[in-house]
Amino acid sequence: MTETPLLNLAVKAIFVENIVLAYFLGMCSFLALSKKVETATGLGLAVVFVLGITAPLNWVIHHFLLRRGALAWTGIDALARLDLSFLNFICFIAVIACMVQLVEMILDRFFPPLYNALGIFLPLITVNCSILGGSLFLVERKYTFAESAVFGLSSGAGFALAIVALAAIRTKLRYSHIPPGLKGLGITFILTGLMAIGFLCFSGISL
Amino acid sequence: MKNLLQTLDRYRPLFEPGGKLNALHAVWDANDTFLFTPATTTKGPTHLRDSVDLKRVMFTVVIALIPCILFAIYNTGYQFNVVNQVAGAGFFRHIFEGSKIVLPIILVSYAVGGFWEVLFASVRKHEINEGFLVTGMLFPLTLPPTIPLWQVAVGISFGVVIGKEVFGGTGFNILNPALTARAFLFFAYPVQISGDQVWTVVKDAGNTVEGWTGATPLAVAAMVPKGGNVIESLREHGYTFWSMMVGLEGGSLAETALLPILIGAVILIGSGVGSWQIMAGCFIGLFAMAWGLNMLPASDFKGFTQLPPHYHMMMGSFLFGSVFMATDPVSAAATKVGKWIYGILIGALVVLIRVANPAYPEGVMLAILFMNVMAPTVDHFVVQAHLRKRESYLRKFSYAKG
Repeated sequence: MTETPLLNLAVKAIFVENIVLAYFLGMCSFLALSKKVETATGLGLAVVFVLGITAPLNWVIHHFLLRRGALAWTGIDALARLDLSFLNFICFIAVIACMVQLVEMILDRFFPPLYNALGIFLPLITVNCSILGGSLFLVERKYTFAESAVFGLSSGAGFALAIVALAAIRTKLRYSHIPPGLKGLGITFILTGLMAIGFLCFSGISL
Repeated sequence: MKNLLQTLDRYRPLFEPGGKLNALHAVWDANDTFLFTPATTTKGPTHLRDSVDLKRVMFTVVIALIPCILFAIYNTGYQFNVVNQVAGAGFFRHIFEGSKIVLPIILVSYAVGGFWEVLFASVRKHEINEGFLVTGMLFPLTLPPTIPLWQVAVGISFGVVIGKEVFGGTGFNILNPALTARAFLFFAYPVQISGDQVWTVVKDAGNTVEGWTGATPLAVAAMVPKGGNVIESLREHGYTFWSMMVGLEGGSLAETALLPILIGAVILIGSGVGSWQIMAGCFIGLFAMAWGLNMLPASDFKGFTQLPPHYHMMMGSFLFGSVFMATDPVSAAATKVGKWIYGILIGALVVLIRVANPAYPEGVMLAILFMNVMAPTVDHFVVQAHLRKRESYLRKFSYAKG
């Protein structure tokens, strides 16, 4: 990808190619933690933070260590010919796990109520597909460093926007008369599909 | 009137629990309460009751839609006669041909939508609601006259079942069911409904002008290149501000003209059924966004950005959408501030999608659906802000006292 204006990229990652509603990544936490707006906001912010840091960090690792010819900066010929990109997954996941650990410690220290509300799903951000997906997308789309930083932050913002919207809708749904078989996750799946239709209004936008 | 009431009362036991036709109680109840005020009285301590219940509210919308329906019939017939070069076709001929096209669409929509409504009401033991009269009428009015009837049936089924009934029926849906139905058709069968060609019913291929196609004003405007004069191109295709306002042109059934929609808006606002804040918000959003785009240097951006806001207003389905669709009290924002935000964002999004999104010529449906999705969020934050304000006021008050 050549020379994408950063603003365009941000708009694209938040609305057009929303990581939840266009790619359906990160579904587990999206569905499980969207019962209350407060929790959803907390998780959304956590995802923004983790994605915003891991994306550029993983870019650095991929760019200077793992991709074909990445080790050319060492000046050693044997290293320069290496292609370590098969290590992408494991390195990315390790970075993500570290970042999540950090978020967890920060939340535990400064925002205990949120920490308790997020519960098991906070450590599970580690295996949240939207985060790993974000890192893999930037490899696949050959983003630059600045682009991957913007992409990480705005993908996270897109996730936050979607999960807060879903939480607000589910709060409203508490008063509705849903068939017993669909209560809970069933209706949430339908809801996610309908939200995706709503978000389709942006697909194809180019600024 | 009295006879009718007595007849109803005579058959009432049949439908009560234990009666033979108890399964059809919902149908009975719908007719009964449609004709007469329900006999049930309030049992709790509060006795404030208004005769305006959900049925009356919904029916007001249907009444407000009547001018649009009549115009849709006339315009469809008029287009049909013009395109098929029917010699000497007068007013009645227009009405006749228009009815032949429009009424089946409305009937199919009502029949199929009504079927689902009755089925769900009977099985789930809730009331049949006049909400479906509104949905079943709004949906066909947003369709092009050339739509195949089976698509009408499929669309309204999706709208009523997935858009509304799975949430528990009228009042619980998140998205506007009529728009959900239309969006479903829009993405499932884009050929028939995408909106860049004028839709006119053609009798049969042999009998007509060779290759009758025309671009809608929106498609014309979207094609104007950088630095081009968009108003001039519209005029070349026969669209002026006045012609778009009068609305005797192709398009979805009820979207083309200003006057019938305006009458509907007056009825909705006058009766308090439709929120004027939302309608006003839509206009403000549209004007602000269009003016903002007009400020862009004409030579660097495509000609569509230079289109003045009053043209935007008359084009496509903006008027119909903002008056009848955006104001749907169930799926719109509920707080007063929220309504303004909701309306303004719809207006702004409409222009943005039209101008910046080459995938869709028209943005009204999708803009409203998107804001339906976001409406609960808007409401939530408006309420939170209000709570915070009250809280700080309270705190100041107690400090002053203590």
